[in-house]
Amino acid sequence: MAKKILAVDDSASMRQMVLFTLQGAGYEVIQACDGVEALDLARNATVDLVLTDVHMPRMDGISLVRELRGLPNYKFVPMLILTTESSMEKKADGKSAGATGWIVKPFNPPQLLATVARVI
Amino acid sequence: MTIDPEMAEIIKVFFQESREGLDAMESGLLGLGAAADSENINTIFRAAHSIKGGSATFGFAEVAAFTHGVETLLDEMRNGVRPVTSEAIQTLLQACDCLREMISAAEAERPLDRDRIAAINGDIKHILGTEAAPAPAAAAPAPSATDAPPQAASLPAGWRIGFQPVANLLRLRNEPTRMFAELKRLGALGVHADDSRLPALEALDPEACYLSWNLELTGQIARLDIDNIFDWLDSGCRLEFTEVGAPDLAPGAQSQSATAVPVFAAAADSAENAAESATKATESATKAAEPKHAMASEPPRSAPAAASPPQKPSGESGSIRVATEKVDAIINLVGELIITQSMLSGFADGVEPEDLDRLRQGLSQLARNTRELQESVMQIRMLPISFAFNRFPRIVHDLSRKLGKKVELKLEGEGTELDKTVLEKISDPLVHLVRNALDHGLETPERRLAAGKGETGTIELGAFHEGGNIIIEVRDDGAGISRAKVLQKARERQLVGPDQELTDEQVDNLIFMPGFSTAEAVSDVSGRGVGMDVVRRNIHDLGGYVQIFSKEGLGSTIRIRLPLTLAILDGQLVRVGKEIYIISLLAIVETIQVSRERLGKLAGRAEVFRLRDEYLPVVKLCELFGVAGESRSTEQGLLVVVEADGKRAGVLVDDLLAQQQVVIKSLESNFKAVAGIAGATILGDGTVALIIDVPDLIRSVAKQRVAAHAA
Repeated sequence: MAKKILAVDDSASMRQMVLFTLQGAGYEVIQACDGVEALDLARNATVDLVLTDVHMPRMDGISLVRELRGLPNYKFVPMLILTTESSMEKKADGKSAGATGWIVKPFNPPQLLATVARVI
Repeated sequence: MTIDPEMAEIIKVFFQESREGLDAMESGLLGLGAAADSENINTIFRAAHSIKGGSATFGFAEVAAFTHGVETLLDEMRNGVRPVTSEAIQTLLQACDCLREMISAAEAERPLDRDRIAAINGDIKHILGTEAAPAPAAAAPAPSATDAPPQAASLPAGWRIGFQPVANLLRLRNEPTRMFAELKRLGALGVHADDSRLPALEALDPEACYLSWNLELTGQIARLDIDNIFDWLDSGCRLEFTEVGAPDLAPGAQSQSATAVPVFAAAADSAENAAESATKATESATKAAEPKHAMASEPPRSAPAAASPPQKPSGESGSIRVATEKVDAIINLVGELIITQSMLSGFADGVEPEDLDRLRQGLSQLARNTRELQESVMQIRMLPISFAFNRFPRIVHDLSRKLGKKVELKLEGEGTELDKTVLEKISDPLVHLVRNALDHGLETPERRLAAGKGETGTIELGAFHEGGNIIIEVRDDGAGISRAKVLQKARERQLVGPDQELTDEQVDNLIFMPGFSTAEAVSDVSGRGVGMDVVRRNIHDLGGYVQIFSKEGLGSTIRIRLPLTLAILDGQLVRVGKEIYIISLLAIVETIQVSRERLGKLAGRAEVFRLRDEYLPVVKLCELFGVAGESRSTEQGLLVVVEADGKRAGVLVDDLLAQQQVVIKSLESNFKAVAGIAGATILGDGTVALIIDVPDLIRSVAKQRVAAHAA
């Protein structure tokens, strides 16, 4: 069974990039455009990895991670935040919210796949 | 640069998305002056952030670098660190323009305007108060706990690693086993677990991690590679590194005990201090340097052309994008359907009486269906005029600043829909009219106060449907047209005879004549006098009509009437001999019977007709088009008075037939362009009727008169 990934980003082109890359490697991908939509999807399906942008309307990525960790099915699901911030604070925020790790944008497809493979 | 067709598609989405993001930024910034609310600033920030991320991801490094500066400034503003000043807003607006240009340059694979980019970058840095080189997307990697010098040349023979994770590690799905597996790929790994912290079974939390490890990694491995494997670790985890086989390095971290020694914590502190003092040093150095005073010269602001013609709104409004050619193909088919249907209704007359009723019913049903189909298909091409109106807040904002005038822009009826092509073509003329109103119509605040008006002038853009047309109005409460000045100028330019009397309305509409301008000085905004007549010609080419109404001291209103669609025309059928021609109802002023007394001849040759106060050139279609007319002399025909470009003429025809809606078929694409003919249509009985191009007709008549006069 293919592993399922939830990709969250308010930018359609980024979502498509991620979709294209991950599907090409054989993963199944579901998408959301902000934290609220992602939370809805997460409640109705269990995924093997959550990949989320940080800056999004309605609910940002870090809040999303925090909310997801509160769901019983998501206790041990790896969660990665996609961010252009490389400052320590954002990473620490992510960590304290429960993120497994992060990927710094811009990334290329091999980088994305390698990092996903690390945790999925 | 893009190899993959799939990638190319995604990049197209990125470009479109970026344009939408820039529009959102611009309207957000314009709204920021009034009330700096955090939701607004955050939206603007996110838009910039998205563009930065996307451009970096898709390989547009310069866009990413430029956007980084914009994002930094916005970040400071949203964190309350930097005040929202009008200078900052202005710079950010200019940055938006620059980004638009950069995006379209990237899309068209054109070179970038580096000077402009550098100039605006300079402005941003000036506001940020830093002189640092444009920061790349990734800041310098935060130094890890060690101050060990780069180990390029001398790699130790191995490492001993003490690893005590936080209890929470597993809950974050950071598996130690994964890390060990990755370490194994770097070299030979020995793992010793330390379970000394394991509590009794009753007190054990199965989700927590109580283990620590001592690892021995053998091989010539750079510290950086190991750090990468552990980079997701919480700062609460303890990691301690000892080099093996390089005794002169690794100051202080010499312990090998299995239990974690808080060497890590101390090292971390000192590392943090070192980092802090390093940044402080750079900051003071840059503050000492002269901040660059690059005053960005206003990039020549030609009105932002409708470069991105209004597309259908994006996915969330439940709509889809449709290729224009597909829609045009459907419209063509519908046109054919209507012609067929009208042919059939004529045919019904020769059928057996029994079938007649059913046939009639079927046909009326067909008529209903086709009408409905036609209407819904026309709707596909309709877009709200807000697409054109949306440019104006920015234009008015910039122009009012430039001219030192206070203006409030009001928009009305933005939801009024019109055909996409009409929308695209009316956009630039509207811009000209608004700029004109701002430049020449509205007075400066001082003059307004002196005239007893409020300081802030108003410009209103309104649109509404009337009959089968859309009416667009541009209203201003400025000084209005000075009729005396206009008349004087017109007499100077010999556009009006010295004794000619004109009505107020006629004087006002003189401003539409070519080469006309009462502006004292030609400003680069308007005033070269090439604008208004081009505006009128553009409107006439669309089958529309424009008028100006003005009250001196109170203001002016420009009223544009446009057909809702370019494919269908409300026309008057006229007969000349055996031929049927069609004249657009919009162009017809009136139709009159010719009476001999009113006819005259100019210079013995060209016929004119006196209609009240003016002399209309008479256009004999039979002569013009070379067809046999019925009327033997002019006075037996009917004169259809038409108007275009402010000029009138009388078109002589034999008979007036019905008025009906006709589907315009292009002559050019089916045959070739013919002077005086705008298109053709097929009537219900299958005959072809030519549609007369009134503006063209009037222009050519004027030319003929001039030539005849000269002769």
